[in-house]
Amino acid sequence: MADSFEPKIVAFLCNWCAYTGADLAGTSRIQYPPNVRIIRLMCSGSVDSTYVLKPLLDGADGVLIGGCHPGDCHYQSGNYKARRRVVALKEILKSAGYDEDRVWLRWISASEGQLFAQTVTEMTNAIKEKGPNPMRQKWAV
Amino acid sequence: MKTVIPVENNDVRAAVQGFLKRLLEADVVDALLLPMETPTGTVTPALVSDPALLDAADPLAPVLGLNAARVAGKVSIRAPRGRIGVVLRSCELRALVELVKLQQASLDDLVTIGVDCLGTYDVPDYVAMRKNGQGDLAALLATAQHGDLSPQDGYAFRDACQMCERPHIEQADVTLELLGADLAAGVPVSMADEIAAKLGIEAAEGDGKQRDEVVKQVVQARTQVRDEWFAAIRQQLEQEGVEGVFAACVRCHNCMTVCPICYCKTCLFKSPVFDHEPMQYMNWAERKGAYRLPADTTLFHLTRLNHMVLSCVGCGMCTSDCPADLPVGLVFRAIGQQVQEVFEYVPGRSVEDPLPLITFREDEWMEVGEE
Repeated sequence: MADSFEPKIVAFLCNWCAYTGADLAGTSRIQYPPNVRIIRLMCSGSVDSTYVLKPLLDGADGVLIGGCHPGDCHYQSGNYKARRRVVALKEILKSAGYDEDRVWLRWISASEGQLFAQTVTEMTNAIKEKGPNPMRQKWAV
Repeated sequence: MKTVIPVENNDVRAAVQGFLKRLLEADVVDALLLPMETPTGTVTPALVSDPALLDAADPLAPVLGLNAARVAGKVSIRAPRGRIGVVLRSCELRALVELVKLQQASLDDLVTIGVDCLGTYDVPDYVAMRKNGQGDLAALLATAQHGDLSPQDGYAFRDACQMCERPHIEQADVTLELLGADLAAGVPVSMADEIAAKLGIEAAEGDGKQRDEVVKQVVQARTQVRDEWFAAIRQQLEQEGVEGVFAACVRCHNCMTVCPICYCKTCLFKSPVFDHEPMQYMNWAERKGAYRLPADTTLFHLTRLNHMVLSCVGCGMCTSDCPADLPVGLVFRAIGQQVQEVFEYVPGRSVEDPLPLITFREDEWMEVGEE
């Protein structure tokens, strides 16, 4: 039964690095699990907490935020601000009684197709181990 | 500079009114924004330019129907504007500091007049008390000297006040130092020297030591209540999650409307973003078997937590105005304490402390993002 669980992961990727990295993984024909649904944004710094919370509360098993490596943000500091926002979000999730480890922030550059594939593989495996998001079953959310 | 406003016939309110009148008459400010007694017996903030009308000023009334930081922002946010003295209790002053940092208020032409808080009632309680001829102000003010702050028999202070560990004014241009003072004898005031010079007031020695002692004692008692309540709500959150604690929420958005920090003109949750297509609700209902409506209730509270909890000053207006009697303020304060600690941020402490989410260091939380 556990083996048949295929996590659904929503990924918010920045246009300049992580999304281009994912694109490179595709054009390079690198295999990675098909569990990820990618949404492109201009910057990881534009990921509002609501974007992360909405899929989690609606039953997505994980949310991945991908941005440029520190120092490489095309808007100078968007990724640093994203990092602080994710730190706050995770702390709030934890103290509000939710599993903060379903939210991942990762730095992936435009040339790191391999790293993108590896990140999605790792996250899919980690979430398979956790099992489905309990919010998937709850109606009173 | 420190001085003492003399009190006659144990009428502390009249003494404070007299002091405020002098601020207008000596042209320290053009107007005062302060709580005024209405003909119906409640209290509301008003911007007062005529000293004669200050006979209705009631800055000591133990009631909080609105965190006045919200309106202080409206009268100060941009020039041209008046020079305004704004009379605030400690949670209102802290909220004002946050609003300044959120660029929703300006201190440039404001004179902040802080009043130590002895505790406040919810508006309905205060109105009932006054109707019954209870709630003697002199009796409440008498408790300030030794810090045995207690409500009128049969009533309770607002939840936020019962667990408020910052009732004293920490930083203001003018501070009415009620805590630790024998108010029947006089009201100790500290103020900037230039304001004292304009008023032509001489320094007088109050007993400053006693204030520190009494503040410490009140803070200790309140902290104990706070920690007990925090422990209880944290346990409930762990067991039930936000959706359990807010199960009775009707999404009236009162908590957001009265929150001094929630300043957005158009909240995401009042926008059509969360109006879904009818079939979308049907899809959710079929997927889960049932779907709670109004939808996105937990999302609303979790988003609000993310957007403003770092600046939450614990005024508790959200709890006071919740029609379902939910412990909104307690949840926000309990979670806020944890998040604020992570960022080493104390909301309302100083306009110099940058808001945690608009600043950053390059070499922090390296593990987040790197695995």
